[in-house]
Amino acid sequence: MSNEIELIKDPGLPEHKLRQSDIDPKAADRAERQVAILFGLSALGTVLFIYSYLFISTDLFVFIPLMGEQNVHQLLLGLGFAAALLFIGLGAVHWAKTLMPDHEVIAYRHELRSPDIDREEFVTTAKEGAAAAGLGRRSLIKRSLGLSLGLVGLSPILLLGDLGPLPGNALRTTSWKAGTRLVTDPGDRPIRPEDLEVGAVAQTLPELAPGKDHHSLNDIAKDAVLLIRLRPEEFNLDAERLSWTYQGIIAFSKICSHMGCAVALYEQTTKHLLCPCHQSTFDVTRAAKVIFGPSARPLPQLAITVDAEGFLIAQAPFNEPVGPSFWERSA
Amino acid sequence: MKRLSKYRRHRIVAPLLLIFALLGIGTTFQVAGATTASVMTAEERTKAIAEGKEIFLRGCSSCHGLNAEGSSISPSLIGVGAASVDFQVATGRMPMADMSQQAMRKTPVYNDEEVAALAAYIASLAPGPEIPTDDMLNYERDGSIAEGGELFRTNCAMCHNFAGQGGALTKGKYAPTVMGVKPVHIYEAMITGPQAMPVFSDKTLTPEEKLSIIAWIKSAEKEPQLGGLALGRVGPVTEGLLVWTLGLGLLVGIAVWLTTKAR
Amino acid sequence: MSARERIAGNVASYVDDRTGAAAWMKKNLKKVFPDHWSFMLGEIALYSFVILLLSGTFLTFWFDPSMREVVYEGAYVPLQGVEMSAAYASALEISFEVRGGLLMRQIHHWSALIFIASIVVHLMRVFFTGAFRKPREFNWILGVGLLTLAIVEGFLGYSLPDDLLSGTGVRIAHAIIQAIPVIGTFLAFFAFGGEFPGFIFIPRVYIVHVLILPGIFLALITVHLMLVWYQKHTQYPGPGRTEKNVVGYSLMPIYMAKAGGFFFIVFGITALLGAVASINPLWLYGPYTPGQVTAGSQPDWYMGWLDGLVRMAPPLEPVIFGYTLSLNILIPGLIIPGIIFTGMALYPFIEQWITGDKREHHILDRPRNAPNRTALGVMSLTFMLVALINGGNDLIATNFDLSINQIMWFSRIGIIVLPPLAFIITKRLCLSLQRADRELVLHGRETGRLVMMPSGEFVEVHEPISPEKAWLLTQHEQNAPLELADVDQRGVRRPGLIKSKLRKRFAVAHAEQVAKPTLNDVHELEGH
Repeated sequence: MSNEIELIKDPGLPEHKLRQSDIDPKAADRAERQVAILFGLSALGTVLFIYSYLFISTDLFVFIPLMGEQNVHQLLLGLGFAAALLFIGLGAVHWAKTLMPDHEVIAYRHELRSPDIDREEFVTTAKEGAAAAGLGRRSLIKRSLGLSLGLVGLSPILLLGDLGPLPGNALRTTSWKAGTRLVTDPGDRPIRPEDLEVGAVAQTLPELAPGKDHHSLNDIAKDAVLLIRLRPEEFNLDAERLSWTYQGIIAFSKICSHMGCAVALYEQTTKHLLCPCHQSTFDVTRAAKVIFGPSARPLPQLAITVDAEGFLIAQAPFNEPVGPSFWERSA
Repeated sequence: MKRLSKYRRHRIVAPLLLIFALLGIGTTFQVAGATTASVMTAEERTKAIAEGKEIFLRGCSSCHGLNAEGSSISPSLIGVGAASVDFQVATGRMPMADMSQQAMRKTPVYNDEEVAALAAYIASLAPGPEIPTDDMLNYERDGSIAEGGELFRTNCAMCHNFAGQGGALTKGKYAPTVMGVKPVHIYEAMITGPQAMPVFSDKTLTPEEKLSIIAWIKSAEKEPQLGGLALGRVGPVTEGLLVWTLGLGLLVGIAVWLTTKAR
Repeated sequence: MSARERIAGNVASYVDDRTGAAAWMKKNLKKVFPDHWSFMLGEIALYSFVILLLSGTFLTFWFDPSMREVVYEGAYVPLQGVEMSAAYASALEISFEVRGGLLMRQIHHWSALIFIASIVVHLMRVFFTGAFRKPREFNWILGVGLLTLAIVEGFLGYSLPDDLLSGTGVRIAHAIIQAIPVIGTFLAFFAFGGEFPGFIFIPRVYIVHVLILPGIFLALITVHLMLVWYQKHTQYPGPGRTEKNVVGYSLMPIYMAKAGGFFFIVFGITALLGAVASINPLWLYGPYTPGQVTAGSQPDWYMGWLDGLVRMAPPLEPVIFGYTLSLNILIPGLIIPGIIFTGMALYPFIEQWITGDKREHHILDRPRNAPNRTALGVMSLTFMLVALINGGNDLIATNFDLSINQIMWFSRIGIIVLPPLAFIITKRLCLSLQRADRELVLHGRETGRLVMMPSGEFVEVHEPISPEKAWLLTQHEQNAPLELADVDQRGVRRPGLIKSKLRKRFAVAHAEQVAKPTLNDVHELEGH
């Protein structure tokens, strides 16, 4: 036995096997009929599609077992369309598989790499071109061209300058001011403390400024506030934060301090607020301290009290920006 | 689709009704019972309270205390009102089967009269929210579906999902689906705040607004499947599952057929 | 010659006189494509793209990409009288007032989900079979780029209707932009034309979604396909298949019929889904307003893993020199996806560096014969899967009586523990499969027939496997780890020793393999 390692050899392409339709003309005819039936089904699908589009009313519903009450127009239009397309495809593939020649063909790969001589010629041509243009010698041209190209590239960026205004103070301000009434969302009705039982919540917005007839989405995105009433003794707050509550009513920004979803899943039993987007959980009794989830900050608390007429108002604007964090937030 | 409002009755309603019927006539005539409760004579009321106390002592006092004063494992029922009792008992949530879990909707243990008696007894301990009467619950007359939708999305969808299918709360608690719940129970839930649910006061969410919410829920319940199988109405998760199973499954299956040699 | 043939001939020569296309066409009509179901996965993606173009164009005829506030007066009763954006109102119009509009919307959305899903499985096929190796590295990078673009394009499309769910998604995207250090706030103001949500974002997203990205897609897909065409398709190992040839069927007529037919099949299946299964029932979500949200706010599946990562992120938000650094958003939202996609794009070069293999490869690897790569792939998929599961934790919690907190902790620990575990298990599994292959070649197939030997002992009869099978199981190369000398010829330590030691270690791990059987082994056994 020689010491050389002898590998198992490639037996080569296996012998071609004839199909039923290659041997038996009857099988070939059968295959042809099958293909024709498939194409025919497609045509029927188109007919169903046209019929549904033109003649089936869009408000006809019918009960279909396992599927429930379905809109006939939508369902038949779709099924017709699906059949029209699907059966063309199935027919074509069946045709290719049964009737078209299925001899495997061998093609040879060419080397992707260019021959050395071509490579060399390319390098020479490129070098000659560069030399003819004087790129190497005339450095003044090279440098000034580089400068102008670089500068001209700046202009599109500059042109995008009016995409938006600069942030300015916008992220730090809301519509809440000292004395702004809290009104229901929707409904815009002012709220008295006695309107809320213990365990009650209310979705609120600041009262509309004079001359405005509705809240813009930009305002809601910063102003939305959730009111919750607890028993005052349930709070676990420092003196300042306690003074921001009124008879057990506490107000938080509804805009999540994580990514800005509306946090309003209040669990009366646990006094927890949950954000449905990323499941940050806030403890209402401890000024919305984060007790679970990705948020790193409590929800901003709005200091509230009542005005002379007994309606709930803000004592002061929010003392921190509401909503998600940003780079300059704590600056 | 001009007459979308006139959805044909959802066929699921029939079996549901059948189940309700089987569950006991009590559920079907809940509202009627409630109505009679509010016009009870003093004598009837006294009788109902006595009956209710008896039922309470037998079935509820082991947890809620002999005088409904509550215990370490369950809350006091003094001042929770008739509405709360009706919601908890008539939906089968109380008595609880398993203390470790959130009380869930199941076959009610007590029949209609027993629930009314229990409610009367608890209401007699201290005033609390009353069971709304039939007239108060005419949501088709007093509620607006579109307004209800807005109110639902502001006040309810964050827990109960955009289509009222329910959703997860913290630590295994959940907000149940509001589909197939009787209007009176939806109303009672809003005014009493059962379990983790907060209370929605009549001043911040007026009775008309509550009826609008009910009107919207009932419209969503009856809404036929406009675009084919609803996939649970829970958003993109089930859609993704369907694409990876049925969608790609079919396509890969066909690709396999396409590339196998014919015999 | 019939009249028809004569006309066809005239047209053909008219065109060829002016283009000289015949020479090229003649060669390429005979182009050979290997046949395998996994080679159709990329085609699903290609056809889905065409379906997206067609159905998307239909939708643009009615869609009004405007955030102008309107009061809905359309056909859907539960929203009549509700204030909403014109974009949402027109999406409702498409759904309820345009005949076939809902069908097309659903086809468009299903097709988008299938598009990205098929890209992912196509990428998995290319990765696990090593099809990205030289000379196909560029095409791999193009593919990774296309996947990234597809995810962005999908998200933008999901954002357009301005319903409550998509608005919530945009809100989250806004928070991610805003969290970028130093320039985030400015970028967010520029992208949204001011504060969130503003009035200009949807028109801008629209033009990116319907023009800019599809244009880039068209260009990249064209290059992607031209490279496949020019470099010729890879093929699975087997008898008669070598590095120098392609065995398969010619374009004309077989692949014309099969691939053309498959386009109709993909379209048909997508239409079927659009007909029977509702997707994005936006009339139920209601119009977007920042004060509302729905339980179970989820993105489409291809963003689900990102959402899952964001959900499980620890609450880290340090303030450094007075500036807020939202690591709880940046790590899951930008850094980890950045690492994953960059790593994916560079993988061909990383593997080349480890193996030192600079040769061309046209025969695919059987995944078991590249245990390290296969294990790495399964490891990455495990990571993605854990993240994806966490992205749906609320629905899993309600459906399986679990708690979101439990699932979150499972994911937080699982995302660190499970991927390495998956790596080890997969690698062992691959090596066992190699061992099984070796057994099969040396001892043949177990027939299940028992024979009693004269000694009374029972022996199962093994049948030798076919030469074709034997070749398939032994055609792969026996890896040898890259030889790297610590010292050069003159005995001087090479620079960059740590790098080279690391490379050596990787190389050894990568080359781990069961010795493949040779004829010598077979003869030796026969001799016994």
